[in-house]
Amino acid sequence: MAKSLGPVKRKFTPWTDPGAQPFIRFENITKRFGNFVAVDNLTLDIYEKEFFSLLGPSGCGKTTLMRMLAGFEEPTEGRILLQGKDISGVPPYRRPTNMMFQSYALFPHMSVEKNIAFGLEQDKLPKGEIETRVQEMLKLVKLEQFARRKPSQLSGGQRQRVALARSLAKRPKVLLLDEPLGALDRKLREETQFELMDIQHTLGLTFLIVTHDQEEAMTVSDRIAVMDKGIIVQVATPAEIYEAPNSRYVADFIGDINLVEGKVVSTSAAAGQAGRLALDCDGLKVAVEQECPALAGNTVAFAIRPEKVRISLDTPAQTDVNAVRGEVWDIGYLGDFSLFLVRTEDGRVLRAAQANVSRLVDRPITFGDQVWLHWSADAGLVLTR
Amino acid sequence: MSQASATSPGKARWLVVAVPYVWLILFFLMPFVIIVKISLSDTAISMPPYTPVFQGFSTLRDFISQLDFDNYLFLTEDPLYSEAYLSSLRVAVVSTLLLLLVGYPMALCMARANHGIRPTLVMLVILPFWTSFLIRVYAWIGILKPEGLLTLLLQSLHLYGPDEQVQIFRTQTAVYIGIVYSYLPFMVLPLYSALEKLDGTLLEAANDLGCPPWKAFWKITFPLSLPGVIAGSMICFIPITGEFVIPDLLGGAQTLMIGKTLWTEFFGNRDWPLASAVAVILLIVLVIPIVIFQNQQRKAEGGKA
Repeated sequence: MAKSLGPVKRKFTPWTDPGAQPFIRFENITKRFGNFVAVDNLTLDIYEKEFFSLLGPSGCGKTTLMRMLAGFEEPTEGRILLQGKDISGVPPYRRPTNMMFQSYALFPHMSVEKNIAFGLEQDKLPKGEIETRVQEMLKLVKLEQFARRKPSQLSGGQRQRVALARSLAKRPKVLLLDEPLGALDRKLREETQFELMDIQHTLGLTFLIVTHDQEEAMTVSDRIAVMDKGIIVQVATPAEIYEAPNSRYVADFIGDINLVEGKVVSTSAAAGQAGRLALDCDGLKVAVEQECPALAGNTVAFAIRPEKVRISLDTPAQTDVNAVRGEVWDIGYLGDFSLFLVRTEDGRVLRAAQANVSRLVDRPITFGDQVWLHWSADAGLVLTR
Repeated sequence: MSQASATSPGKARWLVVAVPYVWLILFFLMPFVIIVKISLSDTAISMPPYTPVFQGFSTLRDFISQLDFDNYLFLTEDPLYSEAYLSSLRVAVVSTLLLLLVGYPMALCMARANHGIRPTLVMLVILPFWTSFLIRVYAWIGILKPEGLLTLLLQSLHLYGPDEQVQIFRTQTAVYIGIVYSYLPFMVLPLYSALEKLDGTLLEAANDLGCPPWKAFWKITFPLSLPGVIAGSMICFIPITGEFVIPDLLGGAQTLMIGKTLWTEFFGNRDWPLASAVAVILLIVLVIPIVIFQNQQRKAEGGKA
């Protein structure tokens, strides 16, 4: 990993500034392939120097969106603005974007340095400058001693670095990364994620990354757009996406979550204002403190992350609301965490995670134990969509 | 069981390796040795038309003393032979270039076509093989001869007057047409197989890095298809050099090719030793491109590993 960590990262939130001009704007973009709608009337703003992720399952249109920005596909409807200029019809070789391909797409007949120099040679830069830039890039991705090798003589991780260096060599205004770390093993991927963030920070470029790996998106991005079937379901910071998903889809896609369907019994405030909601989920009484989204009588989902559910052998102080009794049905021991699957008295299976703070091989709670699950009113969330 | 399976695959492997070698020794090496021996003998007007020089081990010394390089010396003395060799090589080089020029765009279009129609396109390239090669060359006579189909077509289109005729038959042009037509599948198929393997994202990457498509062809597509170019060129160049049928049927008096010379020496002049010498030299001339070809193949395989 990087020896020097560089300056401490600052808070970066241009999207909250109403005066900020978006760097990239997708404006009512629709893309159809025959009858299939890959991207459906999508509008999205991305700001300069942002590390932005498009996250979604395969086939959700995220790659198509990126390919439209690179110029490999033209939108069927709508337009793409880069720094306020419409770039429709501009061929890929004239766009100030560079892409790092999922397959890396390294030129097999060229050495590492030739691969990195390729884009610079297209710009007809003087030879000396190309050489300096290539050396710079090789240093950036720590591949100086592999300059003369062919891609086939490199490991997967090294190839991935060459691909990154090649796409960065031209100092693109926007770097597009298509599932860049998919082929790497977990440890290397984690390391590379932090390196990517460092590089993005050092060079001050705008990164747009396409991924289906939610952990990757959470780690690297300033903001994430969660996509489903050609539309954007939610655009927010990783923390907002995780802690305040706007729908069952986002809640379920990002991380682990308990989703319980129920009805709103009462609300203490008008819609849109902070208050306390009382829910009845088939007998399970739940109270949630949040902005009231729905009026009484509406069917909603109560969502709570496993790590916010407390599990105990003792009866909690309050048992009439936000608490349920059950039997430990299964345990997933993950090392840092243990995940308990608890079958409640009313037949549901709820998940509760507990950090393993002490070094005990035999945990106090084990299979078949009668336990209480309970949580505070601000731990869960009511979802209407 | 493990013992049995340890020995029997060994034997089977030996057999698999031996069969082609036995085949090559019987049907390639032995005939070649015989040809070399004949080429070192003297002409005799008899049946067979050469002196049988080897009649037992006692006469081995006589046999060796009777062998000489007279036939090879004669080949260097008469300029007819060197001209025939050079002219054959020229025809082979020009034909191979023409084949590349015609075959490369075809192979490229095939490789870029929809996956669904690619097998059909490959079939269409192979289709001419279902008719005899000789019949197809004869068909070209019917097309190219002065009163042939081409003349009729041009006359009916009023591009040619009623008494004008196409003067292609029995010229060098007719030979080139025949060769390019006959060898095209051998050029297209190796090119297609090289181009088909090409990863399309490489071209996208080149585009993305600021390289327009036409330039990307020369920087990416063509260099990566070189193994196919070399394979196709060698597969065509080698047999074209020794080609006999096409120049004999379509060529005229000015068509001088070594295959024809060989045939004349063998059947016309009944000079088997000289004809054998011509054949041996031809083989040596062709071994050079074969060695280059194999070197290239080895390099290509080494690059992948």
